[in-house]
Amino acid sequence: MLAEDSVLLRDGLTGLLTRFGHEVVAAVGDAEALLAAVAEHEPDIVVADVRMPPGFQDEGLRAAVRLRTPAEEGRPALPVLVLSQYVQREYAAELLDSGDGSGVGYLLKDRVGQVEEFVDALCEVASGGTVVDPEVVRQLLRRRRDPLSRLTPREREVLALVAQGRSNGAIARELVVTEAAVGKHIGSILAKLDLPPADDTHRRVLAVLAFLRA
Amino acid sequence: MARPRYLVSSWPWRAVGYLVSGVLAGALVLVGIVVLVAAGGVLAVVLVGVPLLGLTVLVGVPVASMERRRLGLIDRDPVAGAHDVPTGPGPWVWYTTRLREQLTWRELGYAVLFAGLLWPVEALVATVALLFPGSMVAAPLLMATVGDGQEVKVLKQWTVTTWPGAFGVAVLGVVLLTAGAYVLGVAAGARTGLTRLLIAPRDVDLGAKVVELTRSRVRLVDAFEAERRRIERDLHDGAQQRLVALTMTLGLARLDAPPGPLADQLARAHAEAGNALAELRELVHGIHPKVLADFGLEAAVGDAADRSPVPVDVDLDLGLSGRLPRAVETAAYFVVCEALANVARHSGASRAEVSGRHEDGRLHLRVSDDGCGGASADGGSGLTGLADRVSVLDGRLSLSSPPGGPTLLSVEIPCRTADRFA
Repeated sequence: MLAEDSVLLRDGLTGLLTRFGHEVVAAVGDAEALLAAVAEHEPDIVVADVRMPPGFQDEGLRAAVRLRTPAEEGRPALPVLVLSQYVQREYAAELLDSGDGSGVGYLLKDRVGQVEEFVDALCEVASGGTVVDPEVVRQLLRRRRDPLSRLTPREREVLALVAQGRSNGAIARELVVTEAAVGKHIGSILAKLDLPPADDTHRRVLAVLAFLRA
Repeated sequence: MARPRYLVSSWPWRAVGYLVSGVLAGALVLVGIVVLVAAGGVLAVVLVGVPLLGLTVLVGVPVASMERRRLGLIDRDPVAGAHDVPTGPGPWVWYTTRLREQLTWRELGYAVLFAGLLWPVEALVATVALLFPGSMVAAPLLMATVGDGQEVKVLKQWTVTTWPGAFGVAVLGVVLLTAGAYVLGVAAGARTGLTRLLIAPRDVDLGAKVVELTRSRVRLVDAFEAERRRIERDLHDGAQQRLVALTMTLGLARLDAPPGPLADQLARAHAEAGNALAELRELVHGIHPKVLADFGLEAAVGDAADRSPVPVDVDLDLGLSGRLPRAVETAAYFVVCEALANVARHSGASRAEVSGRHEDGRLHLRVSDDGCGGASADGGSGLTGLADRVSVLDGRLSLSSPPGGPTLLSVEIPCRTADRFA
C-alpha cells in the first residue's frame, strides 16, 4: 500500500516494489484516501509520505500514527514506513511512540535511491522491526546530552545501528566483533538507560526511543 | 534680521521679491477664481459648469504648490507637499483622493484667503514701506526735473519749494526706507509663517504617514516570510521529488547494468544525484525549517543547537501551553541560528549557551559564548538584518562583545504584537 502525492514518485515506487516481487494493492495521493484504502485492502505494510494534501503539513504522519493505534482489540498495529524529506527526530520519535514501537520505519526519501537497502528496510519493518534513517541517527549522534552521555562511544555506535534496524549479527559484521560482544554491549546499553526487563525486541525499541528523545 | 549686516544682505531684496511676487500672484489667483466660479455658475445651467465648479474646489492645490515654491525665496527650509499618491490610475481616482484629504481643504482656504485678503495687505505694506520712502528719496530729483527747480509735491500732499527742504525730505526718505526694510522683513516673515501654518504638512498628515509606513514594513516582512514558505514548498514538491525519482531510476538502472564502464558511470551518476539531493535538503532547511513550522520554537532551537559545530547548551523553557505568534517564532529562530553561526565562524568559542523564557508577554532570548568577543552588529555579520526584523515586531536586539569576550546577544520581543496590526 502506497500513499504519496507526487505522481512521479508514486509510479516509480510502484514499479520498484513490483520489480522486487511485492504487490502494491493500492497507491493513493492523500491521507484521507490512505485511511479508506487501508480499511478496504488490509495491506501488510503501508508506505506513506509525511507531507500530503490537503494541508501539506504532516497529514501523512498523522494518518500513519492513526494506523498504528488500531481501533479494534486484538488487531495488531499495522507496520508503517514513513518517507520524508526532513532529517527530523521529532517525527521519528512520534512515530515510534505510536503503537508498541515495533514495525515502524522513518526513512529519508534519499534512501529510495539505494534500491536494495530500501527494499530490505521495507521487509524489516513489515516483519516487525524498527528502522530509523542513518541521517537522522547521525544528527542524534552529534548530540551530547543525557542520558546518552553515560554510554561509551562503542555503545553509542551499537545503539545507532540498532536504531537503523540492524540485527545483532549484522551489527557484529559491521563493527567486526563477535555477536556475543554485541549482545554484551546491548545489555549494557539497556542497563544504563534504566530500561525495565521485558522481551528483547521491545526493549530494543525502547532503547531507540530513548535515543531519539535524548 | 537682528544682525547688523541685514541691510546689506540679500534678505531685504528677497523680502521685497516675495511680497511683490505675492501681490502679482494673488491678483492672478483672484482673477482665476472669479473667472472659474463665474463661468461655472453661468454654465451650470447647461450642466457643463458643474464639473467646472467641482474643479474649482481643487484650485487650492496648484496655488499651494506655487506658494510652496515661492516660500523658497526667503525660506531655507523647503516645504514638501504631503498629498497622498492616488490609489489607482485615472483622473477620477485622483480627484476623489484629493477630496478626501484634509490638506486639500486647507489649501482651498488658503487660496481664498490669499486672493481676498493677503495680497491687498501685501500691496499696502509694500507701498507704505517701499514706494513712499522711495518717492521721498527721489524728491530732489523730481524737483530738478518735473518741478523745474521750483517745487515738488511730497507724497502728493506737502509741497516743498526749497532745495534744502527737498534734500531734507530725501534724507528722511532714506531713514524711512531703512525702517521699511525691516518692516518688509517682518511682513515677509509673518507671511511665510502663515503660509507654512496653512499649507505645510502637519503632524496629522505625518502621523498618518508614519502609521502607514509601519504597517507597510510589517506587511513587507510578512510577505517576505510567505515567500520563503512558498519557495520551500515549491522546492519540496518539485525539485526534491524529481531528484528522488531520478536517484530511484538510477538505482534501478544500476541493478540492470552489466559490470563494466557503464555500471561505473551509473554508480557515479547515482552518487552525484544523491549528493545533489542532500545539498538541496540542507538548502530547503535553511530557507524555512519544517521543525519550526510543526513543533515550535523550543524544538527548532534544539535542532539548531544540534547542528552547530560548537557544543551548545540549551535552556529554553517557555512554559507556554500554545505556540508563540508565527512572526515572533520565526524572528527568534533566525536570530538564534545567525548567532550560533557567528559563534562557529568568528568567536573561537568552545561552548555556547542559548537560554530563553517567556515573561509578562515578552519573549527573552540570550545567546552567549566563551569566545574571543569583538563582534559587532554592523559589518555584514547578518545581525543588522535580524535587528531590523526584531524591531518590526517592536522588539530589541542588543549585543555585548568586549574584546577578549565573552559575547552575549540578547533579544526581547513582545509577543502580543503579532496580531496588533492584523
